[in-house]
Amino acid sequence: MSKKIVHYINQFFAGIGGEEKADTAPEIQEKVIGPGLAFQKEFGEDYEIVATVICGDNYFGSNIEKGVVGELLEMIKKYEPDGFIAGPAFNAGRYGVACGTIAKAVQNELGIPVVTGMYVENPGADMFKKDVYTIETKDSSADMRNSVPKMAALLKKQIEGQEVFGPAEEGYMERGIRVNYFHERRGSERAVELIVKKIKGEEVYTDYPMPIVDRVAPAPPLKDLSTAKIALITSGGVVPQGNPDHIESSSATKWGKYSIAGMDHADKADFMTVHGGYDRAFITEDPDLCIPIDALRKLEKEGKIGKLMDYFITTTGTGTATNNAKRFAEEYVPMLKEDGVDAVLLVST
Amino acid sequence: MKLELGKVHVKDVQFGDCTKIENGVLYVNAKELEAEVLSDDRLIGCHIELARPGESVRITPVKDVIEPRLKIEGQGCVFPGVMGKVAEVGSGVTYCMDGACVVTVGKIVGFQEGVIDMTGPAAEYCPFSQTQNVCVVIEPKDGLETHVYESAGRMAGLKAATYLAKALADQTPDETVTYETKPLLEQVAQYPDLPKVGYIHMLQSQGLLHDTYYYGVDAKQIVPTLMYPTEIFDGAIVSGNCVAPCDKVTTYHHEHNPVIEDLFAQHGKTLNFMGVILTNENVFLMDKERHSDMTAKLCEYIGLDGALLTEEGYGNPDTDLMMNCKKVTKRGTKVVIITDEFPGRDGKSYSLADLCDEADTMISCGNGNIVIHFPAMDHVIGMQDYVEMQIGGWVGCKYDDGSFDAEIQIIIASTIANGFNKLTARGY
Amino acid sequence: MVKEIDRAGIPVTHICTVVPISLTIGANRIVPAVGIPYPLGDPTLGEKKSYEIRENLVMRGLKALTVPVEEQTVFEEDI
Repeated sequence: MSKKIVHYINQFFAGIGGEEKADTAPEIQEKVIGPGLAFQKEFGEDYEIVATVICGDNYFGSNIEKGVVGELLEMIKKYEPDGFIAGPAFNAGRYGVACGTIAKAVQNELGIPVVTGMYVENPGADMFKKDVYTIETKDSSADMRNSVPKMAALLKKQIEGQEVFGPAEEGYMERGIRVNYFHERRGSERAVELIVKKIKGEEVYTDYPMPIVDRVAPAPPLKDLSTAKIALITSGGVVPQGNPDHIESSSATKWGKYSIAGMDHADKADFMTVHGGYDRAFITEDPDLCIPIDALRKLEKEGKIGKLMDYFITTTGTGTATNNAKRFAEEYVPMLKEDGVDAVLLVST
Repeated sequence: MKLELGKVHVKDVQFGDCTKIENGVLYVNAKELEAEVLSDDRLIGCHIELARPGESVRITPVKDVIEPRLKIEGQGCVFPGVMGKVAEVGSGVTYCMDGACVVTVGKIVGFQEGVIDMTGPAAEYCPFSQTQNVCVVIEPKDGLETHVYESAGRMAGLKAATYLAKALADQTPDETVTYETKPLLEQVAQYPDLPKVGYIHMLQSQGLLHDTYYYGVDAKQIVPTLMYPTEIFDGAIVSGNCVAPCDKVTTYHHEHNPVIEDLFAQHGKTLNFMGVILTNENVFLMDKERHSDMTAKLCEYIGLDGALLTEEGYGNPDTDLMMNCKKVTKRGTKVVIITDEFPGRDGKSYSLADLCDEADTMISCGNGNIVIHFPAMDHVIGMQDYVEMQIGGWVGCKYDDGSFDAEIQIIIASTIANGFNKLTARGY
Repeated sequence: MVKEIDRAGIPVTHICTVVPISLTIGANRIVPAVGIPYPLGDPTLGEKKSYEIRENLVMRGLKALTVPVEEQTVFEEDI
């Protein structure tokens, strides 16, 4: 039995019309339309494009919050596809964003391989290249005949479970995923060669281009410390004795929330540290060095702060992936809000 | 300073009645070696096991790996200030037991001891899957304080290496390499037309299981200093640390520092190798600031056009790495960094804990967070009891048949951040 | 983690040892701690002095929460 593919295109590539038809509502047709013909030819007999979903670019853009993605997913799901193609969108911005959005949703919700394609300056590229395989195309549909074989090949590889090689080999935009390989020469030898080139002002390369780190605006200040509810968080790996939730000593994948209710200090009988990145002797002896319950409790009694929350939140910072750290906070921040926490002290070793 | 390294190739290791090398085979008298190690009253047990490439053997928890070396001519001893009196080393003739290693094994001190598999998928990542390994399995006295146990383990390995090295005395090396660095001004004059390149070697110095010793001095107590490159080949630097196993610079890796070896390989050809600046990675910000200032000053002072920069470990040492890179660059010396990456199991996070714009030329030694399967082995030297706690493992990563899953950071020196291996990473 | 807390509108002070890392990742209110093995206090100076250092740093961290900041700010001195 051949593998089933669903293809997503906009009103223009469906032949419905241009800008004036960009409000076309979602529809699905059980046939191969427009660029789908080239895909079908490229796929060969073992694959069949069973349906084409069409949506106007403006309709998509203005209905994201009203559930257009869910509506499209329902349509697509019925065909139980093995793979999904969106676009290619070339340099059409709204179409590119739509392709990225729907491809990501299909990948995450239906759990099937997806591929899309667009021009590198399409705004959809920056938004989605990290999430879904995005073949880099030129800026106009004249590039269709180059783009289709790459997109088809990459989707097939995923469906068939073959190894997907790097961006250079497959033609997709780098997703920022760090993958190991064995070079033919050892690192030190390459480095020695590089330093000579760098000194001479010749062209050099880097294995790891410095990423750009996003910034967040500071939250507004507390108005009154003496009534504020303060939560204590640490990345110093301090946990209750026995480490009940098995928080890792490095590269943590989880966080824990533990009671400090009624404690006037952090006692070594109650707490230990599992952090694998420093000499643990001092904090083992006096956990207050990392979770300053003694000081906070005193300040609470003196009325300098309103209340110390009855729990603290903890994880291990060393080697912990920044995306995991972000996820931890995304998991506990709603709880902090619900508990009426006004401000946070976060202690890192 | 000129050093001749005579390499005696060892192709096999066997137990024997007396410790000797014959036709490329190292014979080990286990009883004598055990007695040597047990002369330390902090240890109550020691036994010797052998592991050869290709055998279905797993060694864990591994603390250090050491190549036996013996001083034949010239002053001092190998591992000066640790295994003998302090005397400057790096001149004369030294013999190496090329292809054989001492591996120190014993229950964990922290979480930082690692795994060596002699075959299977993990073996591809580990340099010591290809060496003839004399494993010194130690058992500490009950209740030994952790710092004391670490010291006992470190000394056990060095003692064993020193004991085995005696077998080199009557050998004729299979291969000889000569390295020479002249005093600064003479060295500049020797190759006036070649770019002057140095090596900034950051020694791990963060405390328990994160220490390094230079002529017996704990590296956290040093300020940046200059070293003749050949000193390191005589064991001037000894590892006392286990950081994460994957980027642990074992004593073996100091003896075989790849940056120094490869700089010598180009010395007089494409560059003029001027020397090594030793610095550290301390736990106080003030030290980090002061020592990166001093490192940059030394680069300027000795007139380097460029420098290679390596760290040991990850996390806060990335800050030392970036501070050094930034300040050295600003002082006018170009920098190439060698390091490894920890972008999470999905490979999507930042690879380093700290970043700077000057770090624009970087060699990667691979992503340590990649998870692989470690199949069960016929024999385990040491114990697998701690796999779930060791860095790279997690609770539930072990299976009943003796196999387990773990990040490759559990493998000794798999992503060692000085470019010793061919492993690297790229963006997908 | 710090950024997500800020993003949620909850002010947060990052008391940390390695200030450069905190600056790199993007914390906004930063108080430098003592050292990695003992961020809050200094056991080598005895328990009393160690506690004083801790209370002082904690108080500085708390006060930082009340200070309006526009950009990344390192609170080196008591407020």
